[in-house]
Amino acid sequence: MGKLFAAVVFVITLISVAIFVMHTWWLPIDISTTGPAVDRQMNDTMIGTGILFLAGQLVLGVFVWGSSSRKSGRKIRIFPGGATPLVTAAIILVGLEILTLTFVGSKAWGAIYLTPPAANSLRVDVQAEQFAFYFRYPGPDGQFGGLHPDKIDDGSGNYFGLDPANDIAARDDIVVGSLVVPVNRPVELTLHSKDVGHSFYVRELRVQQDFVPGLDIPLHFTATQTGKFEIVCTQLCGLGHYNMKAYLEVMPEDQWEQWLKSQAGQ
Amino acid sequence: MHETSEHAVHQHAPPTSFIRKHIFSLDHKVIGKQYYGLALLAVFIGMVLSWLMRIHLAWPTWPIPGLDKLSAVGAPAGVMTPEYYLSLMTMHGTIMVFFVLTNAPFAAFGNYFLPIQIGAEDMAFPRFNMMSFWTTFTAFLVMIAAFFVTDGPPISGWTAYAPLSAVGKDAGPGLAMGQNLWAISIAIFCIGSLLGALNFIATTLDLRTKGMSLSRMPYSTWAWFVTAVISLLAFAVLLPACILLILDRTAGTSFFIPSGLVLSDRLQPHAGGSVLLWQHLFWFFGHPEVYIAILPSIGIVCHILPVFARKPLLGPRATIGCMIAIGFLSYMVWGHHMFVSGMNPFSANLFSVPTLIITIPATILTLLLIGTVYGAKMRFTTPALFCLGFISVFISGGISGFFLAQPSLDTYLHATYFVVAHFHFVMAVASIFGVFAATYFWFPKMYGRMMSDTLGKWHFWLTFIGVYCIFMPMHYLGLAGNVRRYSAFVDDYLIALIPVHKFITIAALATGAAQLIFLFNLIWSRFRGPIAPDNPWEGTSLEWSTTSPPPFDNFGGRHMVVYQGPNEYGVEGTANDYVMQTSPEKIVTG
Repeated sequence: MGKLFAAVVFVITLISVAIFVMHTWWLPIDISTTGPAVDRQMNDTMIGTGILFLAGQLVLGVFVWGSSSRKSGRKIRIFPGGATPLVTAAIILVGLEILTLTFVGSKAWGAIYLTPPAANSLRVDVQAEQFAFYFRYPGPDGQFGGLHPDKIDDGSGNYFGLDPANDIAARDDIVVGSLVVPVNRPVELTLHSKDVGHSFYVRELRVQQDFVPGLDIPLHFTATQTGKFEIVCTQLCGLGHYNMKAYLEVMPEDQWEQWLKSQAGQ
Repeated sequence: MHETSEHAVHQHAPPTSFIRKHIFSLDHKVIGKQYYGLALLAVFIGMVLSWLMRIHLAWPTWPIPGLDKLSAVGAPAGVMTPEYYLSLMTMHGTIMVFFVLTNAPFAAFGNYFLPIQIGAEDMAFPRFNMMSFWTTFTAFLVMIAAFFVTDGPPISGWTAYAPLSAVGKDAGPGLAMGQNLWAISIAIFCIGSLLGALNFIATTLDLRTKGMSLSRMPYSTWAWFVTAVISLLAFAVLLPACILLILDRTAGTSFFIPSGLVLSDRLQPHAGGSVLLWQHLFWFFGHPEVYIAILPSIGIVCHILPVFARKPLLGPRATIGCMIAIGFLSYMVWGHHMFVSGMNPFSANLFSVPTLIITIPATILTLLLIGTVYGAKMRFTTPALFCLGFISVFISGGISGFFLAQPSLDTYLHATYFVVAHFHFVMAVASIFGVFAATYFWFPKMYGRMMSDTLGKWHFWLTFIGVYCIFMPMHYLGLAGNVRRYSAFVDDYLIALIPVHKFITIAALATGAAQLIFLFNLIWSRFRGPIAPDNPWEGTSLEWSTTSPPPFDNFGGRHMVVYQGPNEYGVEGTANDYVMQTSPEKIVTG
């Protein structure tokens, strides 16, 4: 029975690891300036923990195999050195792993969340609601109009609650259903929620950030490749949660400017 | 041999009526069985809910026969609506976390065996004990009632994030009466758990029999004790949080609701609340809750494994130290659930480091268990297999914690199936393996009959392989960015992952079906199992010094005196290879 247990653990472990190693299912391409650090961290963690996983399962299997020996007159044996070497090994090995991961990983985190956006960032306001995202550009005046929740009216397309009658800055604000940005230019988002919690997740950007009702949450990124990518909601927001999505379209700068002009003209 | 101990004075006479004997019983053994029965009922419901969810995820258009009878609105013609999927998901999580993982390893086995293992005749407060079970039972009925209200159970998940959970019916179906019942049920559950925790702590500290010093307590008792301390602090936070949620929902307060929210085209009449406050209060409970679920099972495995390894647990003091360290650290890490919540991103590092540090005592515990297997003369009974299986799944679940503890990776993996894989392995499966080990191990003591070992082994192999087939692929889904809590996969990249979901669903149905073997074994053995001797496994702790099942006062009027630790296995120079805790013989170590 012990040998069977060991064999099953070996097979499960090897199949599990092989699928990780072969990258059968893996992260999609990365299109952001901060993404490579996240991917490096993911790889380092994968290797470090992969070794721990393999070692843990295989040693367990080997010991269980040994413990099933039916040799007559066999006596029990205590682990060489008792608990002390194991406790010491755990503290040193896991301690080192933790220190490394923390020092390297906190840089990757800091680059996304603790570094202020560049001064020339394109500012875009994002409003999330059950079950859609809307994006607002400040228009030619470079100013966003104020937000008035009492003016929100999906029927007339006033998703942000703008008040163009009394607010000059709001008159030229451009509101669209896709996040369209120029390639290689820093983008600074401000996330608002109309109703409940939502989240902004673009796998290819390696960023995820919740919308918190009542708070304006900043998030910035720089896309390095053109293309169309899915923005999905990852914070449970109600019955249509699974279907709440929008697209991130990354364009060459000149094409983006044309797009913006065409939107402003509407 | 047995001297009189002043602690062991029974506080209540044996009951004579059926109701006081089996229903409103003060006897900790009956209450333990009641908790177990409740957990069994709850796990069956929770499992069926997971089946329904899994079928829907893999084959969303398949009508499920009979589902329309449960809810004509939620599943017209048997095909569930997106909101009904979320209702079932919420109920699955809530029922499993609260009524199974909190009840089975801690309240059920703790109630039955903690007093016996320390040589007491009952819990310190038997009336409190009865009250805590019936309070918990009431909470369960209130929770189940949510299935039968007009718009069904809530859809806000077991975490009930505000404002989705706080604003009422404007937020969607299930968020009116269903969510009220959820919040009331959890508040009642907290009261039951607080009463139970107080009782466990008082019993452990005050009712130990003569010679039962803290260092001689079995590891399971240690784990229940540490868990009780964690529970006392954790549920004491969740209770007021639920009361505030109920007030927001019913009394017009705004603890968790800020101003300016528009739902169902209506500006909500609230102002000044904080959405993150709910998350802080919930996770301040929620993370320790993970350890409330897993620590008792760790203790149970540490208690059972040496019995079948026929050698002492490696590093007894380190084991207890690690349990206490985990309990202590569990209060410093709640923010790792909130890395991307909008909380100040500087605090992510603050929560990340202690989270990673928890992996040290967890690794030590795992290594000590593996080290205990080294050189053992293992008796491969069903409970032994579940202990070994526990070690394997605990490693698998623990490893993924390294990823999620790092904010820089959580930013990608948060809210994906990687998280689902992680917590199911480490909290649910590992904990349930502890419960299975405990059931096969202690059933002879509780019912005086042995369970079938052959059926037990079939149950083990199918479950062990099954859980890996269910939860290992979820890591791959998470790496591919598969978002959790989606009732259907309509995004382009998610459609490509549906075949993996189909595989998981088939594995879940098969593994679930294998649990029927366990259920059959449990019921069959209860009535037809071979009569169990007093000490069928040759264990040392006090439960094996009394009859199977134990008499009403646990030791038949004897007052136990303890001379040994619980760990005296593989002892040479004795008649057997073990020395009972009650044996006064001197052990010569050499």
